[in-house]
Amino acid sequence: MSESILGVSDLRVRYGRVEAVRGVSFEARRGQLVTLVGANGAGKSSVLNAVSGLLRPAGGRITFEGQDVTRVPAHKLVRRGLVQVPEGRQILATLTIEENLRMGGWHAGGRAREAIDAMYARFPVLAERRGLPAGSLSGGEQQMLAIARALVAGPTVMLMDEPSMGLAPKIVDEVFRVIEEIRRSGTTVVLVEQNARRALRAADHGYVLQTGEVVQSGPADELLADERIIAAYLGGDGAVDQR
Amino acid sequence: MQQFLNGISIGSIYALFAIGFTLVFGILDRLNLAHPSVFAVSAFVGIELVERVGLSIWTALPVVFLVGGLLGLVIERVAFRPLKNRPDAHFAGLISSIAIAGMLIALLQWRYGPDTRRFPPGSFPGTDFEVVGARVTLVQVVIVAVSIALMVALTYLVTRTRLGRGMRAIAENPTAARVLGVNVDRVTAWTFAISSALGAVAGVLFAINVNTAQLGMGAAIELKGLAVIIVGGMGSLPGALIGGLLLGLAEVFAVEYVGSSWRDVIAFGLLFAILLLRPQGLLGARKVREV
Ligand SMILES: Nc1ncnc2c1ncn2[C@@H]1O[C@H](COP(=O)(O)OP(=O)(O)OP(=O)(O)O)[C@@H](O)[C@H]1O
Ligand SMILES: [Mg+2]
Repeated sequence: MSESILGVSDLRVRYGRVEAVRGVSFEARRGQLVTLVGANGAGKSSVLNAVSGLLRPAGGRITFEGQDVTRVPAHKLVRRGLVQVPEGRQILATLTIEENLRMGGWHAGGRAREAIDAMYARFPVLAERRGLPAGSLSGGEQQMLAIARALVAGPTVMLMDEPSMGLAPKIVDEVFRVIEEIRRSGTTVVLVEQNARRALRAADHGYVLQTGEVVQSGPADELLADERIIAAYLGGDGAVDQR
Repeated sequence: MQQFLNGISIGSIYALFAIGFTLVFGILDRLNLAHPSVFAVSAFVGIELVERVGLSIWTALPVVFLVGGLLGLVIERVAFRPLKNRPDAHFAGLISSIAIAGMLIALLQWRYGPDTRRFPPGSFPGTDFEVVGARVTLVQVVIVAVSIALMVALTYLVTRTRLGRGMRAIAENPTAARVLGVNVDRVTAWTFAISSALGAVAGVLFAINVNTAQLGMGAAIELKGLAVIIVGGMGSLPGALIGGLLLGLAEVFAVEYVGSSWRDVIAFGLLFAILLLRPQGLLGARKVREV
């Protein structure tokens, strides 16, 4: 198996007196799709935001490509290829689609143009509307823009926070198709999802988070096969969310 | 016509000052109340440069621009950055920038005393022109030209350059900007530097226009600047330009046709009237700012 490209050990995140992440460890190997699943408030976003440098962890260690990046700020990590598609898309609504994509290439310099054109080829909707404010796109299109924008940065590891949130089932299929393509292109993906079945079906490896701790982990197909895990931590299909 | 041209020249100084003010507000959502003191300090620095260093008033302008930029960096570093993560960062920055303003003015007073300062005699070219029956001095022409050039350059910077795109990204959504790899601290520092550099040039131009610099000149323009950016639409650069010119014209015409004691009544009255008609300001977005 290939080497570990992202390693997180004993990560802690605190908001004032609340400890939202309590000693989470996981790793992603080069080219893998790893998923962190869990209910609302399990601490998934907190983990991702600490890894991407948006939050300063209260403890623990994060390594990226063999180097300690525990307290490296976000802008330096993006330059190094650790790129996040944040929760809620966070598109720049009043800027045009083109400008959003160019912001994705903030550190990419001359390579950005080529990458942007590749995104236009992959997502024709974005090409058609390149001059319009990004806020005029539908939710699903905005999610595609957020993903495309992150790809323009040329990530080696992509952190995705609930990319299927609030989207219609057909669009969710499309999002997962794109995620699959990204993985096939060799980019390592860390996917955070509430939609656990869906995420585990796409992933190589899974971690189940509950109230800030990893309660289960293993190869995704094994987690998926174990109905007890799904029932206990993630809620069965149509069942009430159990916390 | 004469009054119109005079109004344009003073109005372009107001506009330049207000654009610096509104730049920081529009991008960073912070009101930098040290801006008026940069305006005052720069007027004194400009006179000093001409008197002691022997620069001409025109070569003093780029130097003052740089001095203003440096002051902006200091203000950001001291009054804003340390407070940025506080939940009350808006209010805290307001207060700490007032404190910096107080310190800067106190330093001026210590260095120059309370007296009015003037450029040394012979600093101004005597050249003037006839424009459709009105007299325009070369000084006025340069004031308007410098103001316009700086405003055009700023517009280009904000709309066309990478730094400008970073600024607009931060204005729109600071979290998104960070996620995309923008060094928000660095762009913030640049924004303050540019804003203060514009305020500084406005300060010397003002001193050149009336050939005086006074301790109170910052306080005098502060309220006008705030009025202009509110009327122009908070954060709107073209709004600040139009607001500044309107204020300059209103003042000059009020003095000419009504009397100098009515200047502020008429000028601010006009601004209130505009706000009654357009509460969001001339070019302000209609959307309500999210807190
Ligand atoms: N900025 C904050 N300040 C205080 N508490 C926070 C903050 N952000 C998150 N929390 C708390 O930390 C815990 C974990 O939140 P987090 O957003 O990481 O969960 P999540 O798994 O991403 O949830 P969701 O599925 O709803 O996105 C929650 O209890 C939440 O209330
Ligand atoms: Mg979340």
